[in-house]
Amino acid sequence: MRAVNLSNPPDLSCNSVVKDFAGHRAVNDLSFTVQRGSFFSILGPSGCGKTTLLRMIAGFIEPDSGDIVIGGRSMSGVAPNRRPVNMVFQQLALFPMMSVGENVAFGLARRGVPKAERMSRAAAMLERVGLEGAGSKRVDQLSGGQRQRVAIARSMVLEPTLLLLDEPLGALDLKLREHMKIELKQLQAAFGTTFVYITHDQSEALVLSDHVAVMNQGHFEQVGTPQQLYYEPATAFVAGFVGASNRIFGQLKSLYGDIAELETSDGWKVRARKSGQMAVGAHVEAFVRPEAATLERDASLLPSDQAHYVGKVRALLFDGANSAVLLQEDLTRFEFRVALPQTGRFADLKVGEKIYFSFDPQRATCFCGPGGPHV
Amino acid sequence: MSEKAWQRRLILALLLAPALLWLFALILLPHVQLAVLALRERVAPHVFQPSVDQFKTFFAEPLYWQVFVRTALMSIAATALTLVVAFPIAWVITKVARGRASALLFMVCLIPFWVSETVRALGWLILLRESGVLPAILVKLGLTDVPPELLYHDATILVGLVYTSLLFMVTPLVSSLESLDNSLIEAAYDLGAGGFATLRKIVIPHAAPGITAGCIVVFMLSLGNYLTPNLLGGKNSQWFTELIYTQFIVRFNWEQGAAFGFLLLGLSTAIVALGLRLSGQRFVDVMRRS
Repeated sequence: MRAVNLSNPPDLSCNSVVKDFAGHRAVNDLSFTVQRGSFFSILGPSGCGKTTLLRMIAGFIEPDSGDIVIGGRSMSGVAPNRRPVNMVFQQLALFPMMSVGENVAFGLARRGVPKAERMSRAAAMLERVGLEGAGSKRVDQLSGGQRQRVAIARSMVLEPTLLLLDEPLGALDLKLREHMKIELKQLQAAFGTTFVYITHDQSEALVLSDHVAVMNQGHFEQVGTPQQLYYEPATAFVAGFVGASNRIFGQLKSLYGDIAELETSDGWKVRARKSGQMAVGAHVEAFVRPEAATLERDASLLPSDQAHYVGKVRALLFDGANSAVLLQEDLTRFEFRVALPQTGRFADLKVGEKIYFSFDPQRATCFCGPGGPHV
Repeated sequence: MSEKAWQRRLILALLLAPALLWLFALILLPHVQLAVLALRERVAPHVFQPSVDQFKTFFAEPLYWQVFVRTALMSIAATALTLVVAFPIAWVITKVARGRASALLFMVCLIPFWVSETVRALGWLILLRESGVLPAILVKLGLTDVPPELLYHDATILVGLVYTSLLFMVTPLVSSLESLDNSLIEAAYDLGAGGFATLRKIVIPHAAPGITAGCIVVFMLSLGNYLTPNLLGGKNSQWFTELIYTQFIVRFNWEQGAAFGFLLLGLSTAIVALGLRLSGQRFVDVMRRS
C-alpha cells in the first residue's frame, strides 16, 4: 500500500452533508475528507446511501444541507458539467453512436479543444490504458474489460481532480473482475488521480483502497485502512460486514482488563477483546474470524493460554486457499467456522470427526448490544 | 424437396395470404387501373388511345404545378412543426414523468383520436371562426377591435395538420427515447456537455430512426390529407388532393385525376427518399427500429 502524504490538501471534503428522500434519510450528516492521490472506497450494502452520496459529489443531486468541497472549491450550486469531477458509470454508459476515439474525445470537444488536438490526446490516452489503435473501433466491438478501460480513459483525458467510480466491476464475470481489480489499482497508481470508488463488494474495497469508509444507513460506521477495518473493526456492523466472522451473542459475565468474557444462552463461554464501554450483565456480541482459530486433533497441542473447545465436523467447505470447516461445538451445538491451514494439514478431515479448537481472544472483538442488520 | 419443407412453405404461404391479397387487391390492382387511366386519352365516346397528355397538362397549367409545389412545401413545414412540438412531449413522457403520470400523458395525446377527424376539424371551426371562441377572447382582452377571421389562412391549415398528426410523431419518438439509457445523458453531462450538446450529440443520434419514422408517417399523412386543409383552409387551401378530388368527382376527368394521383405518389416517394438520404438513414432500418 502506498503511503498517503497527510500534509497534502484534501481533494474532496464533505461537511455535514444531509440528503432526505420522501421522509427517508439517505445520507445522514456525513463529514469526511479524501486525501489527494488516494484511492478511497465507500463500502456498504445496497440501500445504505452510497450511490446517493456519489451522485451528490458528481452533482446530479444537491444535498439538502451541508457542503461538498472539491479541490478547495465549494461545489454548492455548481452543475455536474462544471465540476472538476468525472464519473465511471455502473453500466459504463459509453456512447454507442460514437467510435471509441470519439467517446474519449467527447469531453475535450465540449471544452472546445480543436479536432486534431483532441483526437491525438484521445489516442494518447487510449495508449496509456493499453488500447493502442482502438480509436476507430465501435464500442460494441470491445470486450467487457476493454470497455472498462475506455470508460476510464474517457474520464481521465479530462484530467479531473476526482474520479468517481460507481461499482464499475459489477457487470463483469468473476475472472475478469479479479483481473480488472488489479488493473484499476495499477491505473490509479499510474495516473495519481484521486479515486472515489463505491461498491458493496468488500473484497474490491479491501484490495483496491488506501482508505475505506464502511457505510450503513446513511452514515459511516468506520473510516480506515483496509487493515484497520479487518483487524480492528470499530463497530459490530463493520466486524460483520467486512470479511467472514463467527458471530456469537451472549451476556457479559466478567471483564479481565480489555478482555471480555461472555456466555451464550446455551452456556458457552468465550472471550474476546472488548470494543467500547460495556458493563457486566449487558447483552454483547463477539466476532471471531475463521482464521483466528486453531484446530488440533490433540487438545494438548493447542495454545495453553487459550480456552479449548471441542467440536464435531459438520461440513467441509473446500474453496482452495479459502477452505474452511464448519464445526458444531459439543456443548451448545453452536456452529463455528474455522479456516483450514493452507499447508494442507487437516485435508483428511471427515464429516462427523471430533476435533479440538481454540482462538486468541485478542483476535476476536466484542461489541455492546446486537447491532444493526447484518449481511 | 422433402415433404416437411413443402409443408412449411405451404404454412408460410397461407399465413402471408391475407397480407398479399390485401396488397394485391387494394394497392396493386387499383394502381394498375390508375396507370392505364393516366396514360390514355379519350378521342371519341368509348374510344381511347395511349397518351401522356394528362402529364403535359399538369406542367402547362401553372395552377396545377403551383398547388403541387405548395402542397409539398406546406407538408414539409407541417412535418417539421410536428417534430418540434412532439419532441418535448415525448421527452416529458419518457424522461420527466414517472409511472402513472407518464401513462396518463400518453393517454392525453391519444384521446383526441377517439373523435373522428371531421369532428376535430369542426372543433377548430368553432374555436377559430369570426364569431368563434378565440376571436371573442381576443376582443375581450382588447387586443383587437373587431373579431379577426382566424380561419382560411395557411397558418390555420398548419395548426390543423400538426394537431391531426401529432400522435403519429409522438409514438415513434416515445419508443425511441424510451430505449435511451438515462446514464448516457448523465455521462454526457458529467463529461462537460450542456443541454444543447447532449441533445445534438447523444439524444438526436439515438432517436434518429424514431424521428425519421415519425417524419415519414406525418409527411405522408399531411400530403395525402384532404379534410383538414379543405375545412380549415376553405377556398384558399389549394391542396393537391383537392385537385384530384375535383378531377374525379366534379369533372369526371378520371384520366387527369389518375395522372395527378401518380404525380402525388412520385412526389411523396421522392421527398421521403431525399429525407432518408439527408439524414443518412436506411428505410428498412427505420421501419425495424422504430
